[in-house]
Amino acid sequence: MQAHALKPEEHYIVDEPYYEPIADEIQVFEAAYHNQLPILLKGPTGCGKTRFIEHMAWRLKLPLITVACHDDLTASDLVGRYLVMHGETVWMDGPLAKAVRIGGICYLDEVVEARKDTTVVIHPLGDDRRNLPMEKKGELLEAPESFCLSMSYNPGYQSVLKDLKQSTRQRFIALNFNYPNAELERKIIEKETGIDVKIAKQLVKFADMTRNLKGAGLDEGASTRLLVHAAKLIVKGVNPVAATRGAIGHALSDDDEMLAAIDELSASLF
Amino acid sequence: MKKQPSLNAKEMETRLNALIDTEFSMRCFTEQAQQLTRFNRVQQEFVLHWVEVLTQTSEDFADQFVSISAKALDLMSQESIRALILQAMDAFDEMGALEAIKILREVESFAKNEAKKQSGVALDDVSGILEHFVCGLNGRQLKIQSALESYTDTENIYLPALITHFSNKEDNFRLYKALLVHQWAQTWYGSWRIVEILQAHLETLEKPELFLSAFHFFETIRLDHCIARDFPGQYRDMYRLRTLLTQQLEQSWYQKTKILCAHTATVKDSYLLSKQYYNELSPTRCCYQGILQLDQIIQTMSERIESEKARFKIDLKNILDEIKEKNIAPESQVVEEKFHVDIDKSDIDGELEITLYLDGEPVAPPEETLATLESIIQDLGDIPDDYLVPAGDGDYTLEARSNKQDSHNIWGGVLQDEGIYLYKEWDYLRQHYRKDWCVLKEKDVHPSYDHFVTKALQQHKGLIKSLRRTFEALRGENKRLKKQPFGEDIDIDAVVEAYADQQVGLEGSDCLFTRMQKEDRNIAVMLMVDMSGSTKGWINDAEREALVLLSESLETLGDQYAIYGFSGMTRSRCELYRVKRFDEPYNDLVKARISGIRPQDYTRMGVAIRHLSFLLNEVAARTRILITLSDGKPDDYRDYRGEQGIEDTRLALFEAKQSGIHPFCITIDTDGKEYLPHMYGVANYIVLDDVAKLPLKVSDIYRKLTS
Repeated sequence: MQAHALKPEEHYIVDEPYYEPIADEIQVFEAAYHNQLPILLKGPTGCGKTRFIEHMAWRLKLPLITVACHDDLTASDLVGRYLVMHGETVWMDGPLAKAVRIGGICYLDEVVEARKDTTVVIHPLGDDRRNLPMEKKGELLEAPESFCLSMSYNPGYQSVLKDLKQSTRQRFIALNFNYPNAELERKIIEKETGIDVKIAKQLVKFADMTRNLKGAGLDEGASTRLLVHAAKLIVKGVNPVAATRGAIGHALSDDDEMLAAIDELSASLF
Repeated sequence: MKKQPSLNAKEMETRLNALIDTEFSMRCFTEQAQQLTRFNRVQQEFVLHWVEVLTQTSEDFADQFVSISAKALDLMSQESIRALILQAMDAFDEMGALEAIKILREVESFAKNEAKKQSGVALDDVSGILEHFVCGLNGRQLKIQSALESYTDTENIYLPALITHFSNKEDNFRLYKALLVHQWAQTWYGSWRIVEILQAHLETLEKPELFLSAFHFFETIRLDHCIARDFPGQYRDMYRLRTLLTQQLEQSWYQKTKILCAHTATVKDSYLLSKQYYNELSPTRCCYQGILQLDQIIQTMSERIESEKARFKIDLKNILDEIKEKNIAPESQVVEEKFHVDIDKSDIDGELEITLYLDGEPVAPPEETLATLESIIQDLGDIPDDYLVPAGDGDYTLEARSNKQDSHNIWGGVLQDEGIYLYKEWDYLRQHYRKDWCVLKEKDVHPSYDHFVTKALQQHKGLIKSLRRTFEALRGENKRLKKQPFGEDIDIDAVVEAYADQQVGLEGSDCLFTRMQKEDRNIAVMLMVDMSGSTKGWINDAEREALVLLSESLETLGDQYAIYGFSGMTRSRCELYRVKRFDEPYNDLVKARISGIRPQDYTRMGVAIRHLSFLLNEVAARTRILITLSDGKPDDYRDYRGEQGIEDTRLALFEAKQSGIHPFCITIDTDGKEYLPHMYGVANYIVLDDVAKLPLKVSDIYRKLTS
């Protein structure tokens, strides 16, 4: 089998990604999109931010260009750069410029990870100017109506170094995400994995136990994504305690005592 | 090596007499010395070593050890005897000589336990896991404590220090878990919601203990059903333990207790069944049910209920005030000011979904208020109507009362909010940590608004200028690197060169890019300044001047820094003086505090290093440095002299290194070379032979250290 190579601008989502709305986020997103306002998705890891944006790209029938931000991400990584080809320099659009050009959704994932000076290049796109200055090329790229700028951010990081500048965040419509309530979370696990209702309920309960430990030894409780992972293992016949250990326990902590306690919690349920 | 012969009775007695005073006391070791002749020299030396160690604590204590030593050697390995002595010493520290001697005298039962310990599980070893476990279960945070029997007072769960019921460790651990879950279940499934009715009824009975054990019997059945429903895995374990110990319920009781299996069964059902059957019942205690301590439950609960009620009412008042403030307009909607609470219990995870309403509109209470609400519901099952009346103005006294802390109870409670911390200390003789041994208090240095700093700045004007220049050069700046294999931009010069190379038939280089490299220093430095009495006079002046100059340099550099002074006397009064915290700017107040640094008492360094490492690790930085400015060896009144001080400090520095901190010491003690390599490592200290050089050198050393 071979991996399927796609150009980012061709990345249309064809099949509906499964998404359960928590509140009125779909409506708010659509309203913001039609008013050409950029959107910020806030929430802990694994609560469905990326799935939501995929769902919206499918709904709005737009190509989705995702940029995973990291601390070495520079402005030229986003906007574009000259490359040398056959003895000449050739301009190559970065993902942001590409998204603007084709009028798709540009999704900057975990934007706080990017350097602060990098995030500034999105400012003109984020307000009513809606353009992208490409200084090196001496061009100003105007965004078409269909272009949508969105980014995600996890406010749970308590590091002083990882915070979003006010000048950036105040340009965005913010949607707050959190883990769904127990009933919805159970439904998500069932739909995603086809697992038995009883075990799905127990997994949700287990997630809640780990969330009780947040701040008392754990930085974060189990996310919905981890529950789905565990459920997938269980469906394949892995013993539930081993599945939760592999998919959840070790993902949450490296501390031996904490791991033992998490193991005992899952053993008390399954 | 030739084996040394055993000591004879005479020699043994002489050695013992040399260690413990016999001249002015009535002690005589003839008999014990005679008994010890049975053992080989290694064992004899082992006893003598520990006698020597114990005399440091108390001679009576050492005397007791001599009298049991022969028996102990008969019964146990040296390792186990060491454990016995350590346990006794810990008891001596915490509860005094009587308790410690009692432990030594119970050498036989200790030896028996030691044998069992091979398969047994000690609470100390598993309490970390159990505490996380119970925290994960749900509800109010419960602390785990050690006691003879297992019980709860609804805030603590008491468990036995050692469990040896079964012949393997796994089952013994399962029993710990079962004991814990049973006690937790009492607080979570509402066993104590009718505690007052129960108490009143008990007072009317001739044999209340009979009724209470019947109640516990039925309640255990009810709780087991709750556990089976919500935690099937846990119930399987508990059932297995009962089977192993053949503690199954008699058949006839299944029918009678059927009502307790229902989803809707409450503690009232157990109570009614107890009333009906307590005379005809001789319940056997199940292995994990522990005991009931009704008095303690009533006391803890009534204190909590009272304080939570007051707190909740005050919270309601605050919420109301806040809402009123927002709706200042006369047509404000707050008319009736009536609160009510909706409680919904999720049938999946058992979480309570609580909504607070004001005049029919939902309001979002702060997190602490929600926690209080949850705790109240856990106690009472509901929120009574009188709770929902916001506090009047006079009720604030209640809050003040409940927040009052007992200042004498330093070792009992956690007083971190007030800047008091407990730290362990390494005992060199015992080769063992003493838990919660030092009491450390953070204080602010009293600022002194004199002209010291201005004068120092004036005096070293030239030096500061040159320091600034050197430090500016150090400051991290973006550098554009040329001819890189990859990067954000093309290096046109390199392209031209490569192109030219290709034209003449040479291989063109592929390093054609420029790359921005950000030099980020990202350093946090903690300065730990010796404020012991010995720094009095010109050393203190030099220290203060050094701090002024270093602060000026660090301000130029932009590194994060904090300054703390340390001193104190004895382990119960270790003091850290804040001069500058990490998050404080270098302002007039900090300058006045530097000027206000005055010599105090002694230098108990270990505890200061442990606390400052803790503070340093809270700061986000890639490199963390702990610099000590000192004038001599660690030293404290009586028990921290010589090797004890050096070894504890060494261990504290080792702990700091383990957590990723780089310690460094600048000292003016010319003898420093003798002990500093042992404490800090060969390259991590510097001895200045001239105090006058301190101000100039400190900045210079820092520059070298971080570039």
